[in-house]
Amino acid sequence: MKVWLDAVLVLLILTNLRLLGSARLTVCIRTVAAQAVLLGVLPLFVQAGAVTFRVALLCAASTLLKAGALPWLLRRAAREANVRNEVEPLVGFTTSLLLGLALLGLSMHVADGLRLPGIEGPHFMVTVALFTTLVGLFVIVSRVKAVMQALGYLAMENGIYAFGMAFAVEETLLVEMGILLDVFVAVLVMGITIHHISREFDHMDTDRLSALKD
Amino acid sequence: MFPIASIAHVVLALLLAPLLPGVINRTKAWFAGRRGPRLAQTYFDLWKLLHKGAVYSRTTNWVFVAGPIVGLACVVTAMLIVPLGGVPGFLAFSGDFLLLACLLGLMRFFTVIAALDTGSSFEGMGGSREVFFSALAEPAMLLGLTALAASSQSLSLSSIYVLIGTQASLSSAGPAMLLVAAALGIVFLTENARIPIDDPNTHLELTMIHEVMVLDHGGPDLAMIEYGSAVKLWVLGALLVGIVVPVRSGHGAVDLLAGVGGMVLLAVFTGVVESTMARLKLLRVPQFLVAAAVLSILALVLVMR
Repeated sequence: MKVWLDAVLVLLILTNLRLLGSARLTVCIRTVAAQAVLLGVLPLFVQAGAVTFRVALLCAASTLLKAGALPWLLRRAAREANVRNEVEPLVGFTTSLLLGLALLGLSMHVADGLRLPGIEGPHFMVTVALFTTLVGLFVIVSRVKAVMQALGYLAMENGIYAFGMAFAVEETLLVEMGILLDVFVAVLVMGITIHHISREFDHMDTDRLSALKD
Repeated sequence: MFPIASIAHVVLALLLAPLLPGVINRTKAWFAGRRGPRLAQTYFDLWKLLHKGAVYSRTTNWVFVAGPIVGLACVVTAMLIVPLGGVPGFLAFSGDFLLLACLLGLMRFFTVIAALDTGSSFEGMGGSREVFFSALAEPAMLLGLTALAASSQSLSLSSIYVLIGTQASLSSAGPAMLLVAAALGIVFLTENARIPIDDPNTHLELTMIHEVMVLDHGGPDLAMIEYGSAVKLWVLGALLVGIVVPVRSGHGAVDLLAGVGGMVLLAVFTGVVESTMARLKLLRVPQFLVAAAVLSILALVLVMR
């Protein structure tokens, strides 16, 4: 069982690195969706046997939302705004990958230093959770396009979900549903904003908004 | 002293290595709907080249002649170190994976200076690309092998590879092994000048990397280069097959057969990759190789944790 858990966690790390290294918007969207699916199957391995019907339902709902609805929304927003399928990073892809490794090292260091009470899952999960959150944050600051920033936001949310999973399963899932609702609204608002930015300015690069004067 | 299986592996490898390019080409032909050259075509090519004379340009000196000879010597020596799955290498000592990297580096160095010796700017360009890409591929290989060494607590390739695939290593480092296999797979394609890094068939000056450097060699020199690259295919392939085919029966013959079968499958796989993928843009190659290094580092982190 531990091998499978490790495999899922490693795959999660790989999706994060792919998010950092990929040059295509659609690939990034698909990667975040894949991340959500991986997180959806994670409870099966964290506590085998303790998966009740309720937990399964909550997991299925959040996976459906994060791997189905949100990517669909983002893809639609990108298509309607006629966004070119390129990520346009402020930090190059190779540098992003190497910085990603540095972030992984940082999260290992922090996870080792944290003395968290009541951790049921293995410590490695906390590392991966922190890493996912940090990568999300990094994507938000280092990518120009609004869609990518929404994706970074989603990755951060995935990290928080994984963090909750490292503790007990059931209560955190409820909290998680609350957060997910926030994220859903945020991505919806982001979709509308992307639409408006692109209608006003023929692009959706948020860094140019700072040149606006009222 | 030396187990019979190790000697058998070296002999088999030296005999069967030219078969691998044949298998790759046959697979590619099958994908393209052609009949393709015979499996043993490389042997015929080598035979033909050995019976030709070599032409040397007046601008070249002994370095140009030494390139193919040193290259072949290096790769055959590397063959002696490399284990094939459970079959230990002919020579095994602590730290031999560093010597392996060193031998491959020396082979590359002599290929490059032989190319530079011709005085052609075209070959210099190929040499520059080759050195650039292998400078990125080498950390990926060494870090991957270091991860394997760390997981098995030994510094000799043979004792590292004997432990892979046993129950203990699968449960403790299974995901890390997969990462190393992926990284070594990328290194395998890079070092052997295969798609998606380089196209062995192309003769277009803007895209060539490895083919460029050997354009001025002919006759027996070219035969040595062709044979050397076939053996190199086997050497790097054996590192990969040792991880992917975890057959460790303890019987030399069974392990050897599984390993050779794995090598043929690897050649088929390479053919499939070459038929279904396009070459990467030259500018994207470094990123691909850095990704391989990142996979290796990740494996190392997983093992050391």
